[in-house]
Amino acid sequence: MAAKVVSPGLSTTVQDLGRPGYYHLGIPMGGAMDRLALKAANLLVGNDEGAAGLEAVFVGPELQFTADAVVAVTGADMPVMIDGVEQPGWTALAVTAGQVLSFDYLRSGARIYIAIAGGIDVPLALGSRSTYPIGALGGFNGRAIAADDELPIGVAPRSAKIGLSIPEALRRGPGSPAELRVVPGLYWDRLTEASHQSFFSDQWKVAPEADRMGYRFRGGASMQFVDREPPFGAGSDPSNIVDACYPYGSVQVPGGLEPIVLHRDAVSGGGYFMLGTVISADMDLIGQLQPNTPSRFVKIDMTAALEARKERAAIIDRIRAVASQ
Amino acid sequence: MTVPIKSPLPGVFYRKPAPDDPPYKADGDAVAVGDVIGLIEVMKSFHEVKSKIAGTNIRFEVDDADAVMAGQVLAELSE
Repeated sequence: MAAKVVSPGLSTTVQDLGRPGYYHLGIPMGGAMDRLALKAANLLVGNDEGAAGLEAVFVGPELQFTADAVVAVTGADMPVMIDGVEQPGWTALAVTAGQVLSFDYLRSGARIYIAIAGGIDVPLALGSRSTYPIGALGGFNGRAIAADDELPIGVAPRSAKIGLSIPEALRRGPGSPAELRVVPGLYWDRLTEASHQSFFSDQWKVAPEADRMGYRFRGGASMQFVDREPPFGAGSDPSNIVDACYPYGSVQVPGGLEPIVLHRDAVSGGGYFMLGTVISADMDLIGQLQPNTPSRFVKIDMTAALEARKERAAIIDRIRAVASQ
Repeated sequence: MTVPIKSPLPGVFYRKPAPDDPPYKADGDAVAVGDVIGLIEVMKSFHEVKSKIAGTNIRFEVDDADAVMAGQVLAELSE
């Protein structure tokens, strides 16, 4: 059983939940940018929630199936078509041998997740099937899929219930403006009081450069730094620090100009100061932001961040309950 | 009748291959299937927008360097 790639979309990669444990060696966690969407798609087709699926950004692929299959598409709002007939998203769909899965124009959000019963059975690389294209690691030959690739499909551990759907209340897309909650910290003390205020009060916009490594924002005021004697090795730019580890979700502002939130394929360290960290509960949401999306950062503390994490976990539990009906 | 050419991608639309070059198409030009009408910049790369239809008298609906959404009409063609 295979899915043949008729057209690949813009940048469609095999992703599972990633390969944590190698970041200290410079290999990012990788994996789906919208983890909830990938888990939901997998659960709908009877896969384990960490099975490998496809992540397609802005443009969906066209896939032809060599055998009957069950698929589900979650994440962004991009109409799903089977042989040209529109089908519901977030729903287990039956595809018969020879049929073509394709997509219409993206309506909202940024990334779709395509789960196929059995998962995409590419070899594990460092414990994961996720594609890290810059390192040519994992996925389908270490790269985004291309026309004429044949994606091997495994065997599903459970049978799927065709038509099973995730209720809309459990799906999440960005509001307008998108709100990303941030716990200030790390090198927050490098900024002046005025910048502490403006970072959270300014309206930002997603820059077109935003990708799996990091989401860049522009449109807010430049950061103002507290004067200092540069520490040894930090360099003279006030946004530089002595090289340090970069956490997933950390917000760096090179030159004090444009904040970048590091995401799944980020580099693991470097010499830019970080003003804080987007909370884990909001990282999925970043993966659904299109370029030019108006966005704001919302200041919260650790207690509220942990509460938000619990709320997200409760939503995944409800999705698991729906899928096991 | 006119038919739209829509943006396949969200990003920034450019009508010229480089800042000092003339635009791919000027208002009023004819367009053949496969003609490039502009570029979309997104995720650190530029993607050509090719017309899937032939027509005459192209009229652009967006300006050079405008932000566009996927599915947004970039230009109209007379068939």
